[in-house]
Amino acid sequence: MKPCTASCTKVDDVAASEAILFEDDWEPFVSYLARLEAESMHIIREAVAQAENPVMLYSIGKDSTVMLHLARKAFFPAPLPFPLLHVDTTWKFKEMIEFRDVVAADPDLRLIVHINPECVRLNINPFDHGSSMHTDLWKTEGLKQALDEGAFDLAFGGARRDEEKSRAKERIFSFRTSKHVWDPKNQRPELWNIYNARHAAGESIRVFPLSNWTELDVWQYLLAEDIPVVPLYFAKPRPVVVRQGMQILVDDDRMKLLPGEVIETKMVRFRTLGCYPLTGAVESEATDLSMILAEMFTSRSSERQGRMIDHDQAGSMEKKKVEGYF
Amino acid sequence: MRSSNLPPNNPVSHFIKAQQEKDLLRFIVCGSVDDGKSSMIGRLLYDSKQIFDDQLASLANDSLQHGTQGEAIDFALLTDGLQAEREQGITIDVAYRFFATDKRAFIVADAPGHEQYTRNMVTGASTAEMAVVLIDARKGVLTQTRRHSLLVDLLGIKNIIVAINKIDLIDYSQEVFDGISQQYLEFAKSLHFESIHFVPICALTGENLTLSSTNTPWYAGPRLIEIAETVAVGTQDLSGAFRMSVQSVSRPNSDFRGYMGTIASGEISVGDQIRVNPSGMETRVKGFADFDGPRHSASAGESVCLLLEDEVDISRGDLLSSVVDPALVSDHVEVHLVWLAEEAMIPQRSYLLKIGSKEVRAHIDRLKYRIDINSNEHVSAVTLGLNDIGICNISTVTPIGLDPYDLNRSTGAFVLIDRITNRTVGAGMIRHSLRRSENVQWQELTVGREQRELMNEQKGFVVWLTGLSGSGKSTIANALEVMLHQRKIRTFVLDGDNVRHGLNADLGFTETDRAENIRRVAEVAKLFVDAGMVTIVSFISPFEAERSLAKEIIGESDFFEVFVDAPMVVVEKRDTKGLYAKARAGLLPNFTGVDSPYEIPTNPNLRVESSVSSVVECIDQIVAELVRNSFL
Repeated sequence: MKPCTASCTKVDDVAASEAILFEDDWEPFVSYLARLEAESMHIIREAVAQAENPVMLYSIGKDSTVMLHLARKAFFPAPLPFPLLHVDTTWKFKEMIEFRDVVAADPDLRLIVHINPECVRLNINPFDHGSSMHTDLWKTEGLKQALDEGAFDLAFGGARRDEEKSRAKERIFSFRTSKHVWDPKNQRPELWNIYNARHAAGESIRVFPLSNWTELDVWQYLLAEDIPVVPLYFAKPRPVVVRQGMQILVDDDRMKLLPGEVIETKMVRFRTLGCYPLTGAVESEATDLSMILAEMFTSRSSERQGRMIDHDQAGSMEKKKVEGYF
Repeated sequence: MRSSNLPPNNPVSHFIKAQQEKDLLRFIVCGSVDDGKSSMIGRLLYDSKQIFDDQLASLANDSLQHGTQGEAIDFALLTDGLQAEREQGITIDVAYRFFATDKRAFIVADAPGHEQYTRNMVTGASTAEMAVVLIDARKGVLTQTRRHSLLVDLLGIKNIIVAINKIDLIDYSQEVFDGISQQYLEFAKSLHFESIHFVPICALTGENLTLSSTNTPWYAGPRLIEIAETVAVGTQDLSGAFRMSVQSVSRPNSDFRGYMGTIASGEISVGDQIRVNPSGMETRVKGFADFDGPRHSASAGESVCLLLEDEVDISRGDLLSSVVDPALVSDHVEVHLVWLAEEAMIPQRSYLLKIGSKEVRAHIDRLKYRIDINSNEHVSAVTLGLNDIGICNISTVTPIGLDPYDLNRSTGAFVLIDRITNRTVGAGMIRHSLRRSENVQWQELTVGREQRELMNEQKGFVVWLTGLSGSGKSTIANALEVMLHQRKIRTFVLDGDNVRHGLNADLGFTETDRAENIRRVAEVAKLFVDAGMVTIVSFISPFEAERSLAKEIIGESDFFEVFVDAPMVVVEKRDTKGLYAKARAGLLPNFTGVDSPYEIPTNPNLRVESSVSSVVECIDQIVAELVRNSFL
């Protein structure tokens, strides 16, 4: 059994010497990151034990990366007992797809890529159809199609409660009707660490193992565990244009410049990843995880600011979630 | 997880190290919006720099639209997440907030304070280790203060901060502060708190909350945040005896068998002897399978995969415990039960009880009393409605490993799940085991069912006929009995109407009474089966849950369910007893098919269509099916 990636075997050697030091004055104390990790592993195991056909949504971003790492830990030394699902919009950054394909090369992983055929046929894109319709058709509808096709009765998502206000009230085990609808006023009470994933045929459960993590926790954990992430998170000179107040990366030639727009090369990185025309970069000098953390201590804006879909209307995330978005 | 591997000269290594030395405190804030609860949480987030500029900008925008602070920023809006809540200006659900100081990370449960949201508060308190009870300094200890304190006490929280808010509005008066503190201490005598801190605060300005105040020179105590930073965390879990509920058994290949779970309490090391509950088998810990490399021991809160010395029979839901201080094993417990569902609790109905990772069928066999959460008084009750709290006896179908809740908040807590809707309907805390098996010994009988069946030359079983009133159940039951009688088979018919004249004369037609009606009939039928009789039960029995209960009591192998199916239009037109007409006229409340539902059996042993087939045809079908299944 070999669930480790190349980079985490490397860390094992480094950590071994420190582990001995740690053991000498070992006392029953669990740091909060370790507690979060243990809670997430508990959630993932509890979900799988109650599901018939689980799947893990894998969006390639940092949260998915942490979630995948936690799942590997949860089932070590066995391989993951579920496939990964990527709902591809064909508008993701090229570097994301490259990273995804490296991850999926692990023989212990099975990756399902779903592309909404209807969107392909209609050539849905963010420039002609706007961010709202683009996201709804590619992501929300695409996700529902993929879940229905695979007959998955439980899906893991990497959402965190600190991301957005309506997420803060969602359960860790979130019940969905056969139409994938979330009813925020009619959620199952969730007490202690007892999770009820029971559902009738056709209904499903979404499970969010990172519910109690913050953005800062995610970055710290990536650093502590030395987990590789998509290089887009690190600053480097990239060609960007300013559009609607956001710095948009010119990732391919589908991006047509509007009158007055000029491509500039700037030292930028991304705090959140999605469809490249809808994802804003931030100017930064942070070229590795520790520099990102150093920047975060002084950061004055939240990561969702870089997401165009959240700004469409007040309560837009809640609305999207009700309709079946993650 | 492993500790950091950053070189010491890295710019953030000191920060990462500090982070790794932080622990986590989960706490709940109790109070209503009027007490300044949301303002207080908003202030904690703001002062710990958890609010970013873009959120602040959108907050300023929202404050003008929905805020109650004029031009100033309304911190309360930060925490009222759902759009409906923003419009109504109330907090309906539990929300979780995150912030950290230099010493500790915090998860705050923000739960509504009104009585109709008791279940939300109980949910928030279930994972909290500390509670902040907010009191408006102008109002003092109110009914809701008592209610909130009772609830957090019930959920086992030992550390309380009483935050006396809006101290600025009473001119920072020490006299008022002392008065309220005294009043609260008096009331809290009957509760089980280990520490109570009183702090005079102003949530809007942050005085004595996150910032020091020059306006309260008479208060020498710590700021609220300092208390939260130093309250002992996880002491009960860490010092307790070893407990772990097995989440699943990992068997990736024939050479490996690991037992996965989260350690609920205590520590476990290689070589330790453990007991498996409820089986009582014992074995030793051989090692751990850990992603991060070899390890020797683990403690409360950690998710592990245990390797054991012997190949013992362990499955999901079994409770592993220390041998020195083992868990209890019981199938009958007294509990505090909080009802969480709109539909009232029904004694005797079969629910699914989930404790740790164990799911077991259970029923409430006695509701002793309800607790008035405003006065802490006992009130007699026959059922529990939404937000009610009661003391009950619960029986499980098989014994389970458990602990009293006041000794262990993990292994003493459970939820009840409705078996039909799958919703979580109740939350329970075990008070103690009732050891029914020791109190009520079964009389050892020398002549048993087997002997009777031998003498009778027949097997006892139940034919359970369910269907709408007027569907032909009684006619079929009688004709079936005549036919079996002619074949020299001993029979007995239990008819719904007849039983209601005698044995169940005290029962009406409410959901609770119907459940009891079925339970009694099922118990009687079981005695007849024990006597070796073929027992034909003819009962409307409209609810799936009640039929499942009957099946459970009688035993699946002795139970043959026949759905006598006739369309509503036919039976209502036929109306042999004139009951439908009465029901339509409103003279018979809760009449099945009219104003009370009939749940179609999902999986009967046989369905006969009495509106299409003749009585003789129906009986032939029943007998053929009984023969095919070796009942006859």
